[in-house]
Amino acid sequence: MWDHEIRAMVSTHALIAASMFMATVLPAVFVEGFSVYRTHLLWLYCASGAVNVVSVVVFWLLGVTPSTKKHTLGYKLSRLFRSCLYFFLSCLFFHTVVVLYGAPLIDSALETFSLAVLLTSLTTMRCLCVLGPNVQAWIRVFSRHGAMSVWDTCLQITVACTLIGAWMGAFPIPLDWDRPWQVWPVSCSLGATIGYLTGLVAAPAWIHYHRKHLTYKCK
Amino acid sequence: MKVRSSVFASTILILEVVGVALFLRGFFPVPVKSSLSSKNKLSDLPPEPLTGGPSNASGTPKPLFKRVVIMLVDALREDFVFGPNGRMFMPYTRHVIERGSSLSYVAKARPPTVTMPRIKALTTGSIPGFIDVVMNLNSPALLEDNLIWQAKTAGKKIIFYGDDTWVRLFPKHFMEHDGTTSFFVSDYTEVDNNVTRHLDSTLKRDDWDVLILHYLGLDHIGHISGPHSSLIQPKLLEMDDILKKIHGALVSKEADGSLPYLLVLCGDHGMSETGSHGGSSEPEINTPLVLISPIFKRKAEMEKPGVVEQVDLTPTLALGLGLPISQNSVGHVIPGVLEESSLREQLRFLHLNGHQLSCLLKDSTPEYEKETGFEQFRVAEKAHGSWMKLYLEGNTSEVLTNMGKKVLKQYLEALAAMSSALSKQLGKYDMYSMIAGMVFVFQLLLVLLLAMPEALSGSASVDLPVLSSLLSLPFYLLCLFLASVHVLVCTSAESSCYFCSLSWGLVFAAVAFSSAMFCILISLARRRLPFGSQFHGKSPQISSGSEWMLSELDVLLLAGTVGHTLSLAASSFVEEEHQTWYFLLNTLCLTVFQDVCRKYFREQRGSGDEEEPILSKKSQTFSHSGSDIYSEKWLALATPPFTLLCCRLLRSLNQTGVQWAHLPDVGHWLNSSEHKVILSLLSAFCLGLIYLLVQRRCSWVSKVALAFGLVGVYSYRAAVGNVLFPWQHSSRTTSKGTVEARFVYVFILGILFSGTKDLLRSQIITADSKLKSKGLWEIYSGLVLLVSLLFRAHNLPVLCCCLLIQTLMAQFIWKKLHYDAAQTTIMHYWFGQAFFYFQGNSNNIATVDISVGFVGLESYVEAPAVFLTALSTYAGPLLWACHLVCYLSSERDRSPVAVGHGCYCLALLRSVPAAAYIVLVTVLRYHLFIWSVFSPKLLYESMHLLLSAGVCLFFITMEQTQPK
Ligand SMILES: [Zn+2]
Ligand SMILES: [Zn+2]
Repeated sequence: MWDHEIRAMVSTHALIAASMFMATVLPAVFVEGFSVYRTHLLWLYCASGAVNVVSVVVFWLLGVTPSTKKHTLGYKLSRLFRSCLYFFLSCLFFHTVVVLYGAPLIDSALETFSLAVLLTSLTTMRCLCVLGPNVQAWIRVFSRHGAMSVWDTCLQITVACTLIGAWMGAFPIPLDWDRPWQVWPVSCSLGATIGYLTGLVAAPAWIHYHRKHLTYKCK
Repeated sequence: MKVRSSVFASTILILEVVGVALFLRGFFPVPVKSSLSSKNKLSDLPPEPLTGGPSNASGTPKPLFKRVVIMLVDALREDFVFGPNGRMFMPYTRHVIERGSSLSYVAKARPPTVTMPRIKALTTGSIPGFIDVVMNLNSPALLEDNLIWQAKTAGKKIIFYGDDTWVRLFPKHFMEHDGTTSFFVSDYTEVDNNVTRHLDSTLKRDDWDVLILHYLGLDHIGHISGPHSSLIQPKLLEMDDILKKIHGALVSKEADGSLPYLLVLCGDHGMSETGSHGGSSEPEINTPLVLISPIFKRKAEMEKPGVVEQVDLTPTLALGLGLPISQNSVGHVIPGVLEESSLREQLRFLHLNGHQLSCLLKDSTPEYEKETGFEQFRVAEKAHGSWMKLYLEGNTSEVLTNMGKKVLKQYLEALAAMSSALSKQLGKYDMYSMIAGMVFVFQLLLVLLLAMPEALSGSASVDLPVLSSLLSLPFYLLCLFLASVHVLVCTSAESSCYFCSLSWGLVFAAVAFSSAMFCILISLARRRLPFGSQFHGKSPQISSGSEWMLSELDVLLLAGTVGHTLSLAASSFVEEEHQTWYFLLNTLCLTVFQDVCRKYFREQRGSGDEEEPILSKKSQTFSHSGSDIYSEKWLALATPPFTLLCCRLLRSLNQTGVQWAHLPDVGHWLNSSEHKVILSLLSAFCLGLIYLLVQRRCSWVSKVALAFGLVGVYSYRAAVGNVLFPWQHSSRTTSKGTVEARFVYVFILGILFSGTKDLLRSQIITADSKLKSKGLWEIYSGLVLLVSLLFRAHNLPVLCCCLLIQTLMAQFIWKKLHYDAAQTTIMHYWFGQAFFYFQGNSNNIATVDISVGFVGLESYVEAPAVFLTALSTYAGPLLWACHLVCYLSSERDRSPVAVGHGCYCLALLRSVPAAAYIVLVTVLRYHLFIWSVFSPKLLYESMHLLLSAGVCLFFITMEQTQPK
């Protein structure tokens, strides 16, 4: 039934994953000594930037974002402004949550905030792309049985995978192995990235195998 | 036999405690001890070996030293003396080490690196078992054979100044003593001045033979501010001056031509990078040992100090003073000390040491003859005999000297081998007792698990097939089988097994119990199985589809419980267990927050939502009181974030664990003297808040008592000197606050009494549930008052937050979101665990605050001290468990079996990690960190199990509902 949509989803996800891969590989050409561990923050910004740009472009081209009735420039600008505001607020939100989880408040604020930026790029950005800056829609999608389209289900899966990945990324921190990837926030951001990539693969696959059971209410 | 869930769960838990106790008995090796109860005597010394004819003379060797001064500096780390900073810290000592006639070594202390076991090790020469740490709480007189007793029996005059642990260990042994108590850790000048003030007069006198000085100041500095603090250098310089003074005095007295003196500088244990001790890290176990005596060769330059065991000092001192080596000593004499005496004397000393070690070996190992050390010693003894023969014949040739040197070498090798064989015995486990304990615990755990569907059912009672299994044939066969296994194991070679030494009646009871358990287990399992086989193929789908719909919260609670249990296998996760709990608790709060959001935001859009008609109906009924529901909604929404914030703040109050323990925390900041005003204000505020939170549900009498009690708590803290009293003269000396503490105890007892009275009345006379919950709450408030008295002033916010979170959660979350008894219990348990660490505990014995054992007591009294210490250590889990009882019994209208379910869940939550942990410990028994990380945790875990069993008993009394 949704073969077309699933195919679109797979190609979108492939594009995003490829952009992530490029963000890891390409900067090594330009920056001396670039590596995921040593210049972790740089990698983090590259990855988040790439994901942000590619998601915006792809979803805009696909036209998944709910079309607006008004097409005035002012309305579009206010939407853009609200999106930026939400993006920033979401960064602050993730930062707060990470601090509540026990990250130092002052010492490594930059690292914590970078992690928050990454998490926002992997989760909130996608929400913004798919649902637009519409809090009511967000609440609907993330409550139980709230998905109304394949894209909503896909969004649920990727966001959950990313957050669980970041959550599990914190496990190795207390171990006394003294590895480079145990340094804050490397393991968490790697966990989030791996979770996100898993989500990108898992979402279309899950939807494909459950397409018989999936029923959505009309919009 | 039908039993109620709570009775069932508590019985299982109590039996598990017994199983764990058996396991512990097998796990903690009993220290190597000679079976003889008497002490070594001079007359028992073996004669000098001589082939052909009995030796005639020299039963006792001549002592090497006339006087010995032992200067023990608590927590003296090896690098304070030998390290690069040593020249700066202890200039005179370094000069003597480099240029003077001295010997210097790095003495390795065995973990646990705690003062009392170390003193025992230094005086008895044995390596105290781990269990001695627990005994550190009270130190009764040392009955074992020891150096001090030997010296006193030989008529030596001993003078002691320093830590009064010594005085308690060796009562009436000292000619003169002045013990200083290490009670106030914040004091690091007085404790040392108390020792030094006697020094001048003592050094002038001639009437003593042994002088022991134990300086505590350095250890206190370490506990306050760590090994890199600026306080360290002045303290070490002070120690250096004292050493110089003693050395000078000894040198000036030396001239009279009698035997020389010996001055020993040593530490009992080191100091970790955070300033604490107790574990087995390098800086904690490496202590300096400097021996200064004119008989040693003068050094020309700094030599790298050799490595010896701390217990080697004991035989060395014993031989040096001409005393018998104490029976249980496992060390061997330090060869450097003997170097300057004649070959015959050297051989004689080594022979005595070897004889003592071989006797101990004979006593403690059944197969001693196979030990290489023992064999070597026999050979060396023989060679010694023939050497003596030649020597006495007057032979003085080169050959004889060479032969003597060879014997010497043989002796040294034999001593080292025997010494290490004896030390290794500490690693021997009593596997049979351990396995028996483990089997008990696992049978119980399985029964508990298999009974889950019944225990959590609506009737909350378990049908145990006791009679049918007792009358079945397999039961008797199993009894027979287990009994024969027992006989087989016990009669085989390994006889040093605790379980075998039990009386036959007890063993038979255990065997019968175990077989009965096994039969019950089988029949319970059979009862579960047909359910699966009857609806083969169909039922799993049905059950997984509709019944077993797990919410995110359930998934988290299950995953968290399992994950935490698994995490105990890694030493880092045990050390940093608080991180696990904080992490889980945080996630729990976020999940609860999500649930709350879902509830309130879905309801808001309720009317248009045909999916959940119940909820929309509800929102209509609620709309009568619009503003009420509005404020309630926001309060409910604010509760999880507030809880999160509280937890984050509490987390920075006490840094615990190992890796991040050195980071500055708010607790230390509050305790420093310049922030006393803030601490006073904070504790006053907290006490006020505690009053407000607790008094709501008390009777007016208890309210008054509570108020007086809390004022008493504050004045107790002021009397002890933690906080300021507004109208207090600043120069008042600190007392122990006994009067104030007893004043509070009176009110605590009053509140507890009135609560118990209400409870009994509701139980026996009227079945009034209101009266019952009031009585319950009063008992709870009595407990809160007691905890607020025991908690240190900076920990009062922990108690405060605990009450605040309990109130808010009960009011807005647990009730409103209709969490069932199991979910509520798990949440309470997680909170309890997190609060255990919030109050500054860790899985290290060193963080147990023993000083609470003295609150309101003039001197050490064992029973109340142990009780108070346990209570204050486990205050967090206990408070949450008690709150669980209060909450669940107040919820009885909604679900009459909630208490039973809660009790069952608590028992399960406690026994799963305990059972898993004893298996883990057994598997990891040869792990490097077994003594420093896993064993303390095992003790904590068993103590917690014991306390939970107590709480479950409390549950039983609560569950007795009126018959339907
Ligand atoms: Zn000490
Ligand atoms: Zn200490």
